Amino acid sequence: MTPRSRLHVPAPPARPGQEPDFSYLQLSPAGAVYRPDVTAAARDIENLSLELVRVLDDDHRAVGPWNPHLEASELQVALRHMLLTRLFDDRMQRIQRQGRISFYIKSTGEEAVAVAAGMALQPGDMLFPSYRQQGLQVVRGRNLVDLMCQCLSNTHDMCKGRQMPIMYHFGEGNIFSISGNLATQFPQAVGWAMAAAIKGEDHIAAGWIGEGSSAEADFHYAMTFAAVYQAPVILNLVNNQWAISTFQGFAGGEQRTFAQRGPGYGIPGIRVDGNDFLAVYAVTQWAAQRARQSGGPTLIEHVTYRAAAHSTSDDPGRYRPKEEWRAWPLGDPITRLKDHLITLGEWSEERHAQLHKELEAHVTACWKEAESYGTLTHGPFLDPLTMFEDVFRDMPANLQHEREEMRALLETQRGAAAAEAAHEARATHEAQATHEAQGTPPRAHEG
Amino acid sequence: MARMNMVQALNSAMDVMLGRDPRVVILGEDVGFFGGVFRVTDGLQRKYGEHRVLDTPIAEGGIIAAAIGMGVNGLKPVAEIQFADYIYPGFDQVVSELARIRYRSAGDFHVPVTIRTPCGGGIRGGQTHSQSPEAIFAHVCGIKVVMPSNPYDAKGLLISAIEDEDPVVFFEPKRIYNGPFDGDPHKPAVPWSSHARGEVPDGHYSVPIGRAEVVREGADLTIITYGTMVHVAEAAVRTTGTDAEIIDVRTMSPLDTETLCNSVCKTGRCVVVHEATRFGGYGAELVATVQEHCFWNLEAPVKRVAGWDTPYPHAFEWEYFPGQARIAAALEEVMEDR
Repeated sequence: MTPRSRLHVPAPPARPGQEPDFSYLQLSPAGAVYRPDVTAAARDIENLSLELVRVLDDDHRAVGPWNPHLEASELQVALRHMLLTRLFDDRMQRIQRQGRISFYIKSTGEEAVAVAAGMALQPGDMLFPSYRQQGLQVVRGRNLVDLMCQCLSNTHDMCKGRQMPIMYHFGEGNIFSISGNLATQFPQAVGWAMAAAIKGEDHIAAGWIGEGSSAEADFHYAMTFAAVYQAPVILNLVNNQWAISTFQGFAGGEQRTFAQRGPGYGIPGIRVDGNDFLAVYAVTQWAAQRARQSGGPTLIEHVTYRAAAHSTSDDPGRYRPKEEWRAWPLGDPITRLKDHLITLGEWSEERHAQLHKELEAHVTACWKEAESYGTLTHGPFLDPLTMFEDVFRDMPANLQHEREEMRALLETQRGAAAAEAAHEARATHEAQATHEAQGTPPRAHEG
Repeated sequence: MARMNMVQALNSAMDVMLGRDPRVVILGEDVGFFGGVFRVTDGLQRKYGEHRVLDTPIAEGGIIAAAIGMGVNGLKPVAEIQFADYIYPGFDQVVSELARIRYRSAGDFHVPVTIRTPCGGGIRGGQTHSQSPEAIFAHVCGIKVVMPSNPYDAKGLLISAIEDEDPVVFFEPKRIYNGPFDGDPHKPAVPWSSHARGEVPDGHYSVPIGRAEVVREGADLTIITYGTMVHVAEAAVRTTGTDAEIIDVRTMSPLDTETLCNSVCKTGRCVVVHEATRFGGYGAELVATVQEHCFWNLEAPVKRVAGWDTPYPHAFEWEYFPGQARIAAALEEVMEDR
């Protein structure tokens, strides 16, 4: 046989019906990875991109040099943020299933990635999330009602009905607008960070991208610009193993870790246990401190698992084992932090159940309020004429004309609807009068 | 008042704005130390420093994305894309991001970014250094699209673009950087110093975005054009002795419908001229606009003169370029039944 070329088509270790298999994951024991000084040269700390920074061990203790030594009260806040994020996600998923919102994306299993990073950064730092970091909104104090109203496209929708659910923004809270097409936010975060340095401010930027969309050119732009200008930015790559139906091997994860791309650009790459709140916090803190003192960017690969479907339009049962999440070796970020707090004597199952109940009630109250501002099917509704606003700061003549055209159309339709309603009311009234005169009950109005 | 060519006028606009507004920064390939391959940013880095005038990696998508991030952080970036033909790697950042950030965030964020890019042919640039993609951008809602035809407008419009709170894609017809070009490549080059619009004030002034200009008044027909073709059309009118009104569109989006249609309603005849390819070109929008507003005043079908619907061929540049002869034929055709 003459040798010939063959394509390697990556395949995940397990498909539906097969045993989950995570033997491909390179794990390091908790506490085993050393913590270099934040001023270390990128080339001297390349092994951070191969190992896995972990703080919480199997006995729920915080160990090793990356332990951020947070107060118990801070850990309780973190637990609250993560649990609230999860309960919010669960509620919104159910609401979508009831047909009351059109779409939703959960972050189940990935709560630590957003919440820990959000807590480790300063309020003035600018965040450029992808669509699965709702935990950042929770950390930055965004009222859940606002998020729900966005998903409902109702009269209180921050996006005025222009974006599908979960594409939030939070100007006041320094969280950028979520786009929906992938990866574009990554190089924008670098540009924001460059501007901070140009202006001589000490705020930094942080961006998030999935391992799947790291295949986009925008990832390369971000890494190149960040490296060239040593921009004060943290580039978070969330490796949750799955990009809809394609496993991380389809983004290049079979050959190298995603964190190893950092050293290729001259950027420190750190691989961290994304389900370990303390580890994500510590690594973010390290990268932020480095960026703030002109040490430049850091690429952080968060090794985690997308426990839920990609979105409400997805059915992971078609492409991966149903119980894969149960076999995930890095566990559940909420359970792990809870167990740690219990081990510290700063938490209990009872308090946890109590918190769960309290947050459930909070989510219920928020939903009740959000619905009062309108839903997709029940008013009050947004005025469709607002669709012509914010295309530009000042509305140009062509848009003014189109708005007037639509206004006239709406008025005609409303006029016709009102006339029809009046006609029906009159007919009903007359029928009623006739029936009353004849002493028979009127027939229920049909249609 | 100074005599400037278009390169100097554009340079002066950025110089003025860098001096007036600390938020203005310039970024692009070769724009810093070297001053740009067309010299448009010459001397600006020396004067304002390398934090205000940045050389960038060769990555148009990265340049535009970085400019967006800077804009979100309160700067007013002016990004140069070395040739309009190179802009496509950044197209997603323009269409899905730059153009929509104000809209999708309901005004919470906005990005006052200007993208400058040389366009058009006539410089032996072949199919990757000659394109006129203005229609592709004019089709995108949320960005303004501008193309000046002379140094005075170039400076005034670029200052307006930089001062604008919305994104602007600013096309610079490179064939007329150094002088007005009448479409005849065999004639000696004419410098801008011989042209009235080569007189450019040194300091700050602006030409409003969204306003077309009647560059020649006439009674017989209206020529609607922009960029390099303004000068080619003027020459064709001179040669044929047609009493044409010539309108320089200057801003593709938002379009000054009023100026265009007032003229066509007056003359009753119209020829639309551009260098870009014809099919689905910007001329189609101009013709449709004229038809919608002036139908009952029209005496003849509206005619388009445009680049042939092929890529820009290197060896057949002057057969491709819609020169005076093709414009003259179109003028004759719309005047035929008179």
